[in-house]
Amino acid sequence: MMGYAGNFLEVDLTEGSVKETSFSDEVLRDYIGGRGLAAKILWDRIGERWEEIDPFSPDNILLVLTGPLTGFIPGTKVCISGKSPQSNGMIGSTIAGEFGVDLKCAGYDGLIITGRAERPSYILVCDGQIEIRDATSIWGKGGRETLKHLVKRSVEDIKRLRPNYGEVKEPSILYIGPAGENRTRVAAVVSKYAHGAGYGGYGGVMGSKNLKAIVVKGFGPLPEAHDMEKAIQLFDEFSRRNFEIEDFRRWGTGRGGYHFGAETSSEPIRNWQEEWHNVESFKGEEFDKYWVKRYWGDFGCPVTCLKLSVIRSGKFAGAICDNPDYEFEAYMGTNLGIFRPEDNIYISYIANDLGLCGIQGGAVLGFAAELYQRGILTREELGGLELSWGNTEAFTSLAEKVARREGIGGILAEGVYRAALKLSQIKGVNLLQYAVHEKGVAIGAHGIRSGEDFAKNISYACSVQAGDHTSLASIREYGSGEASSILSDSATCCTFTTFDIEVEEILQLYEAVTGFRLTREEWYEEKALRILQIQRAMLLIGGPDINWRPGIDDENPPRFWEPLPSGPYKGKTVDRNQFEREKQEYYKLVGWDERGVPKPETLRKLGLESVENKLRNTKIID
Amino acid sequence: MVGARRIWIERDYESCSGCRRCEIACSLYHEGRVWPEASRVRVFMLIPGVEIPHLCFQCEDYPCVNACPSGALSADAETGAVRVDASRCTSCGVCITACPGRVPHLHPRKDHIVICDLCDGDPRCVEACRMGRWNALRAVPRVEGFSYRLYAKTPEILTSAVARRLFGEEIAREVEG
Repeated sequence: MMGYAGNFLEVDLTEGSVKETSFSDEVLRDYIGGRGLAAKILWDRIGERWEEIDPFSPDNILLVLTGPLTGFIPGTKVCISGKSPQSNGMIGSTIAGEFGVDLKCAGYDGLIITGRAERPSYILVCDGQIEIRDATSIWGKGGRETLKHLVKRSVEDIKRLRPNYGEVKEPSILYIGPAGENRTRVAAVVSKYAHGAGYGGYGGVMGSKNLKAIVVKGFGPLPEAHDMEKAIQLFDEFSRRNFEIEDFRRWGTGRGGYHFGAETSSEPIRNWQEEWHNVESFKGEEFDKYWVKRYWGDFGCPVTCLKLSVIRSGKFAGAICDNPDYEFEAYMGTNLGIFRPEDNIYISYIANDLGLCGIQGGAVLGFAAELYQRGILTREELGGLELSWGNTEAFTSLAEKVARREGIGGILAEGVYRAALKLSQIKGVNLLQYAVHEKGVAIGAHGIRSGEDFAKNISYACSVQAGDHTSLASIREYGSGEASSILSDSATCCTFTTFDIEVEEILQLYEAVTGFRLTREEWYEEKALRILQIQRAMLLIGGPDINWRPGIDDENPPRFWEPLPSGPYKGKTVDRNQFEREKQEYYKLVGWDERGVPKPETLRKLGLESVENKLRNTKIID
Repeated sequence: MVGARRIWIERDYESCSGCRRCEIACSLYHEGRVWPEASRVRVFMLIPGVEIPHLCFQCEDYPCVNACPSGALSADAETGAVRVDASRCTSCGVCITACPGRVPHLHPRKDHIVICDLCDGDPRCVEACRMGRWNALRAVPRVEGFSYRLYAKTPEILTSAVARRLFGEEIAREVEG
């Protein structure tokens, strides 16, 4: 099919073997790529044994998949997936950078990685030459060291493979830091300094496979498009409209720090005890002082919402990070009571270097700090850390402990939900009320209590991506909301470069690239829905350590039922009756019964008989 | 009028966003495909955040043209760009060694060298960069008697210099290793 390189690379790290595989046009048309195709591959290969498979076992499959629009749409993403060590379902976790384009140019649409390498390894892909190489010397190293080493070494390797070529450009690299190596559930897969795929915990999955990095260099062109002229015309048109959106371009996503977060009361403050603050230090102008680059983007990006921040002097000298973006600003800032931009840049940099997900990592640090505030965790238990709000050094030390699983870090490395379960057991009190998560996944930095953010009442509770703020369950906006997220994550597009691009227009580009016409209706009512059912089934089956109960676990975290204690929306929270009503409405809309279980007829209509059988065998369907 | 289209592509490395839209535009124009490695301008990112758009510096003495043993390279009389006659190029790589900036590189799939030809005086990379309002690449009139060769540096050297400006001496040294 046009728009695809046609081959996927299967790497078995246990065997040390590599082979190529392909999928039929029918599969590619139904599941597209990225998140959609991940659901298909995972279901076909491990769906039957889903409840038995530990996400950190060699049986789990790590997927790095592009989509047909990778490189053809302004801005680019690649989707990381597998059985998630956070939700025990499947999450499509996207990451920006040039990796997807390099992979396609090397002749591959994706990587399917199984097994576990005997020793620390990395995969080197240079066009058709694939090697599994020793990574012992960089195991334990932070992101910056890892990058420095791999860029140098790979450029030399590629020069040997292509003598007399001329100067060799650096390859694209996905890697993990210590947080992933130590199989924490809060680890991201990282590229560049701070681009991360954090939702899902796939950094830990890479670590469990002894896989430090994937290095890719492609020398070929992107796959041919069906109608190149039309594709380029749409690329230009989308770009032109993106250039007109000055807001993200000028301030990045970090503009949210004050405007979107504080003013709409939807930003986590001190582990979500509040969602409003009157400290204006997080306004763009304050961060702007540390930017050495105002516009930083990845392949084809017209928006460049990234800003390069560097702390050149003082006690935090040497810190480098992208922006920070809104999620880091919130979770590694206000959520920890940190309101000084310089401190926020520093701790974001440390977290990135450790390979911690900003959201999952920030959530667990905030959770620990609230337990300290309440006297539940003592200074001794925290290894001597004075974990008071705003104490940047203490939070940084704790982040190190989490990434390396030292002391209390070993428990916190399990993520907010599992840490709460474990500490409740140890302390003999229920601590789940302080754990802000949805099905094991810490929630994006967008609250729902004020009703002013884009996330709404049931957005997280019903999402198959759990706490992921980039893919929200929604009734009224099912079409433009959730189904379009599934399209973006599958095709693969960046949310910020397709902000003002209608689904129909993305489908036009999809047709120009692949030659296949897909209508909005087909996508919403059939294909997106099919992907959604598979993800839902995986969540409900769960295992081996966690299962989500149908209906019961489609619930907001306890904190989100507490009225907002301050700010312009003081006293406001979600209305319980409305929540239950919307939940039922949503279930109906996506073809689930009143408990939230996919109905047999829904599954049959979508040709998902194997999902139906599995749900029956696991007694989820009667 | 001869000389009217003689331009030079000025580069402001610190303004490069790293978006590679120049690579997309260049490869579409020359190859009809999105093909970063076949682009005549390639953005090097040996250190994240330090993006170096690397393309012909059009040295006034054209060391690549002078070094070419097969007569495949010539300087275009009208635009001043280096022309590659693919049919005569033997891919020997002498031009790469002769270039003080090591700019030319082999076409990734064909047997000839690729060098920026200024798109006949209307460089697509500059247009793409201008569209983004980064203006890291700008077409300026070429001044005769000026040493453009002074700017011709390898991606490593340019990266090092830009990293020092962006990160400061000490951090840059640590990041580079």
